[in-house]
Amino acid sequence: MIKPTLREQKIFPFADVPEHTSFEAGYLVSVNSGWRSIRPVVNTAACIGCMQCYLYCPDGVIAIQDGKAVIDYDFCKGCGICSKICKPSAIQMESER
Amino acid sequence: MSVSAKTLDKNEYFYGHKACAGCGGSLAVRNALKVLGKNAVAVLPAGCMSAVGFNFPQLCFANNAIISTFAGTASMLTGIEAGFRRRGIKDFTAVGFAGDGGTADIGIQALSGAIDRNDNIIYICYDNEAYMNTGIQKSGLTPFGAKTTTTPAGQNIHGNIRPKKNMFEIVAAHDIPYAATATVGYMNDFLNKVEKASKIQGTKYIHVIAPCPTGWGIPVSDTIDAAREIVDCGLWYLAEYENHTFKINHDPKNFTSVEAYLRKQARFKHLTDEDIAVITDSRDKKWEFIRKNWN
Repeated sequence: MIKPTLREQKIFPFADVPEHTSFEAGYLVSVNSGWRSIRPVVNTAACIGCMQCYLYCPDGVIAIQDGKAVIDYDFCKGCGICSKICKPSAIQMESER
Repeated sequence: MSVSAKTLDKNEYFYGHKACAGCGGSLAVRNALKVLGKNAVAVLPAGCMSAVGFNFPQLCFANNAIISTFAGTASMLTGIEAGFRRRGIKDFTAVGFAGDGGTADIGIQALSGAIDRNDNIIYICYDNEAYMNTGIQKSGLTPFGAKTTTTPAGQNIHGNIRPKKNMFEIVAAHDIPYAATATVGYMNDFLNKVEKASKIQGTKYIHVIAPCPTGWGIPVSDTIDAAREIVDCGLWYLAEYENHTFKINHDPKNFTSVEAYLRKQARFKHLTDEDIAVITDSRDKKWEFIRKNWN
């Protein structure tokens, strides 16, 4: 599967900074999970795998695995769109602390 | 074949970006790239999506992507298309993602030129109705009455005094092969328009409404609701221009309340009942025109 992935940040000297507008594609060095004050939690028993949360997630952090929604908490910002769009109310927002 | 959540490419080409939570623009870019696939070459001018996608050393695009000058989205698309053609590469799509300011104000000249040359490119305008990246300044696509930092709301002037520029019809007036309007709220409609555009030879333009929770003053979870309501209340329309004719895709029998739509957003909080009557009136005039002249 093609997807930008989290990697260890290389420490490189100034001379190795790309001269042009190009850099390695899909290169991530920091997560977005620290932005979140609430997190979506999937009730797998209620999830019908309709894919609406996957379709409307601005960050693309929801994948459907074995017919159920699975969330990548490293990059979820906790906006709550998935919880609102979910017809069977299988996604609830819970406080981070 | 129609595109839906089930048939959509499972790969993520725009991931880990630093857009605000609930960003409509990033949703439009993410899903458009899923339709166009890994051989899409994305061009992003100055704007939110280049600011959130390219935070060195991060590159949140899995496909080829480049930042263009603010005014040069369409001209860079032209160059990329010509360059790939010269090198004999056929399996690619040159696609641009510009905001409303980068399309209707700063980039309109380059876009007009590209349509005039009929270059084989897709230009997607994600319209969040102001220059959101630089802190919410009025653009040519900011609607009447909206409060921005350059059109503040006071006792005498109630936000933006000018109506939204009619970008879809400006583009269609070039007699472009394909132009369409969409909203991130009705995603299947948008996905199918992107898919249709990818199969047409020549210049294609898609104008997609992408609410910005930060600039519109709505909760971050309300992006999709706002993107649906703007169509349901008649302030935006889903239409296509093809073969020299306009076609309306969705003609609501009964509009929902314009006032209810406006009152939910902090940028319209100051509007008086008279202002809302002006907006409702202009909506009715627009729809009278659409129903009379478009199929």
